[in-house]
Amino acid sequence: MFSWFANPHRFLTLSSWLAPICYALGALLIAWSLWQGLWIVPKDEYQGGDIMRVMFLHVPAAWLAMASYMGMAVMSFIWFIWRHEVADIAAKAIAPLGATWTALCLATGSIWGKPTWGTWWQWDDARMMSVLFMFFLFLGYMALRAAMDTRQKAARAGAILAMVGAINVPLIKFSVDLFTSLHQDASVITVDGPKMAAVYLWPLLASGLGHSLLFAGLVMTLMRAEIWQRRAAQIRARLMAGD
Amino acid sequence: MSASPILSAFRQALTEAWAGGAGALMPLGFFAGAAVLVPLGIGTDPDTLRAVGPGILWVALALASLVTLERIFQADVEDGALDLWLQTGAPASMIAAAKAFAHWLTAGLPLAILSPIFALMFQAKADTSLLTHMGLYALGGLAFFFWGGVGAALSATVRRGGLLISLIALPLYVPTAIFGALAMSGGPGSTGAPLFLAASTLFALAVAPFAMGAALRLAAD
Repeated sequence: MFSWFANPHRFLTLSSWLAPICYALGALLIAWSLWQGLWIVPKDEYQGGDIMRVMFLHVPAAWLAMASYMGMAVMSFIWFIWRHEVADIAAKAIAPLGATWTALCLATGSIWGKPTWGTWWQWDDARMMSVLFMFFLFLGYMALRAAMDTRQKAARAGAILAMVGAINVPLIKFSVDLFTSLHQDASVITVDGPKMAAVYLWPLLASGLGHSLLFAGLVMTLMRAEIWQRRAAQIRARLMAGD
Repeated sequence: MSASPILSAFRQALTEAWAGGAGALMPLGFFAGAAVLVPLGIGTDPDTLRAVGPGILWVALALASLVTLERIFQADVEDGALDLWLQTGAPASMIAAAKAFAHWLTAGLPLAILSPIFALMFQAKADTSLLTHMGLYALGGLAFFFWGGVGAALSATVRRGGLLISLIALPLYVPTAIFGALAMSGGPGSTGAPLFLAASTLFALAVAPFAMGAALRLAAD
């Protein structure tokens, strides 16, 4: 199955129509969830009044922060085992976007935390710490790739780091979980089903799906740019060789 | 030339630490510098110093491991020793583990052994807990040097890779730093913390050599 996707040409044809669809659907869903979140849903005094509306940005950003790191690690793994170039291109494209959504999660979380908990940042909170260290893992990944001389070396070093990071994430999570947490418990994905009122749940799910689609569209666009860049470099090299 | 490249890498790391430039003393100086600057920086109140002392020493230990790591594999890449070791068919992961372990022996263990002196400077009570802490520093330091070794191996071909190593190693240091601080706090929930610290160190010993080995094979290409 990986090999079917590993063909850059097939990827270019697929993404040429899939990426615009992702953008359009993502924009629609995000717009609807923001309209619902900002004007329609009642505010929740227990979660700080109107400030809780930031949830429709904060929670999807947190989901994407985790999912994008997983995606990067899986792509790195696929590249490391099967050496499919498209997987490496995907991992490279995910890194800056994942870092952006992770930063968005941290920023919106701080803005939400200040009025409700009375602090921008709480060092002994498990989730803030996990997300912060995930942000550092993304930065380290990008810095390492940028420091390597050749594309192949960047891919290999990046893949090793992404995989080491991925097996450490559960350990980091467990260690910071030992601290007591200010952060509220999970309220969407629980054993008993969602604990959240439906009026909040639907816009939140729409926002999560919308951000995921936007993310997927951006990843595909970055990947397309990278593939075209590599082709351009090949053509330039051939011209230089006087072929 | 010794028979086994793993042994040769280990010996070379040990002799390198003591030869010229007092490489092994550098982390020690760093550690001592941090320990002396902290009371000047945050004030000399004995109660404050007693409270922050163990934590400061953890931070100093983590940073001291980082300052020397930049050169740990870089020299072997530059002078060709790495290529020779790998040509013998010896597993790169074991060579890397031998080097990281030798590095901990020369730079990490001395810090742990001297930690009671620094703890006393931070107004700690002179009792057996200082010896327990010594063991915890030694154990945690081992994990620091192995994870730091991953960063060092990955950036072995990068000039001035110091910042890169710190950025890579920082998230990997987190579990050790947290379990170590918990184990020393003596507060609620700290009873199991030394075991968690030991577990996270074992995890580092099991996983880090393979990552270092893969990174070294990359550096040798």
